[in-house]
Amino acid sequence: MASLVRLLGDLDLAEEVAQDAVAVALDRWPRDGVPDRPGAWLLTTARHRAYDRLRRDRTFAAKRALLEQEVALGPEAMDTSAIPDDRLRLFFTCCHPALNPAARVALTLRALAGLDTAEIARAFLVSESTVAQRLVRAKRKIRDAGIPYRVPSAAELPARLPSVLAVVYLVFTEGYLATGGTALTRPALSTEAIRLARVLHRLLPAEPEVTGLLGLLLLTEARRPARTDGAGRLVTLDEQDRSRWDRDLVGEGHDLVVAALRRPPAGPYTLQAAIAVAHADARTAADTDWGLVVALYDALGRVAPSPVVELNRAVAVGMADGPAAGLAALQPVRLPGSHLLPAARADLLRRLGRTGEAAAAYDAALELVRNRVERDYLRRRRDELPPRPTRPPVIRSEPAAPGAAPSLWITGEGDPTDPPVALGRPPARGPH
Amino acid sequence: MHYAVLIYEDESTYATVSEHDGEQMHKEYAEYTQLLIDAGVMRGGEHLQPVSSATSIRGGAAGAEQLVTDGPFAETREQLGGFYIIDCADLDAALHWAKLCPAARTGTVEVRPVVANN
Repeated sequence: MASLVRLLGDLDLAEEVAQDAVAVALDRWPRDGVPDRPGAWLLTTARHRAYDRLRRDRTFAAKRALLEQEVALGPEAMDTSAIPDDRLRLFFTCCHPALNPAARVALTLRALAGLDTAEIARAFLVSESTVAQRLVRAKRKIRDAGIPYRVPSAAELPARLPSVLAVVYLVFTEGYLATGGTALTRPALSTEAIRLARVLHRLLPAEPEVTGLLGLLLLTEARRPARTDGAGRLVTLDEQDRSRWDRDLVGEGHDLVVAALRRPPAGPYTLQAAIAVAHADARTAADTDWGLVVALYDALGRVAPSPVVELNRAVAVGMADGPAAGLAALQPVRLPGSHLLPAARADLLRRLGRTGEAAAAYDAALELVRNRVERDYLRRRRDELPPRPTRPPVIRSEPAAPGAAPSLWITGEGDPTDPPVALGRPPARGPH
Repeated sequence: MHYAVLIYEDESTYATVSEHDGEQMHKEYAEYTQLLIDAGVMRGGEHLQPVSSATSIRGGAAGAEQLVTDGPFAETREQLGGFYIIDCADLDAALHWAKLCPAARTGTVEVRPVVANN
């Protein structure tokens, strides 16, 4: 598919001829047998189809010349060595900053993950026609505005890479939400995101933020088995049975983060991944090196400042130096309209034994929370408030997503009741 | 491919600009124009008089009289003050040149592809 797009410079045409080729294959292969190299066969067939179509269209004369050349070269010329480059080009086109963020996500899922319109619509809880329209508009813009199919030069890369990483990250967080035990169980977007991150890492092995992002996704994914209990209820980080974390993923993520950290300065994804490593390295929540976590949030706040990072830092301070210090660190944080701030305050107050104030803060959080899973959780906490201050501490310090999907990180759960396409802005800024 | 680089800036800042700053700005645009010429991408461009000089004509429903009014098409915080037409291979190249426009630092620059005439 990526090869076809590169060749034709037209996503629509590439999609059509690819579908044609598959239809021909379905017709012929059962009869004639599957060819030795099915992929190359499909590509050749698709190119011939494209050639037929373009022949009917004079405005495509230049493209036709190119295609004739490629057809003349035969299937050997289309060997797999060319494909990774094509995919990388497609990544940068689909995630071009000239496209709106929602369109970038939809295009990437369509063109690089191979999801169809219905699957993308289900994943983002929007109608199929919305997704279809988004794709049509984006493809039209690519064509009309002349957005190129090419990998940015080394000089451009630092400015262009963050938007690619943001799309992969966003797909992951939506997937993390999608598999949260609600109606949103398909498609497994986080799996797709990890696959995309792996492809990107293979294509750009020397980019530390790509390495860091893949590490972050793997370390977060590793916790999935422990994130819900038998009844499908949310289990927060402090209460998770860490023996249920996927140790293979943790190990792989760990190595990636170490590799990314060896090439400073660490970017926002690498730092978030490093925080995840700090959690993964601790056998229990109490064993966590909270001083290290605070230091990592400090660094994250410097490269990607956001109120959510400050809030998470304050929660970590509350673990490292006690709830009073955490409360002081929380003092300057402003996060209007979000339940996260009162929820964090409530926890710290509860641990300080200031039960009355804690209950009020829980109430304030409950008034703002829109996520069913989180609401249940907060209500449970409030109702469990003791008459006397003898509760064990609650740790809620998932890596903060600078500027996006904060609820996801704070309690490890997204908002299944939300209009889910909060794609207004990319979640993280790049290191430059 | 031809792209229009549309320059939007807050005109009110010009009204109060010092003579020195005005000259400086003039110089910057002259340099930018020369840069586009030297790069071989320059295809045209104009500096427009302020919107206070603008007159708009609005066509109404069929048969209705055209309405001539004083002022620009729309009252906005930033106004169209000029444009360049540049010839570039693709949007990335066009954005590269547009980013170098003096207005891209102080105001807003909009890049629009020009419809090809063939």
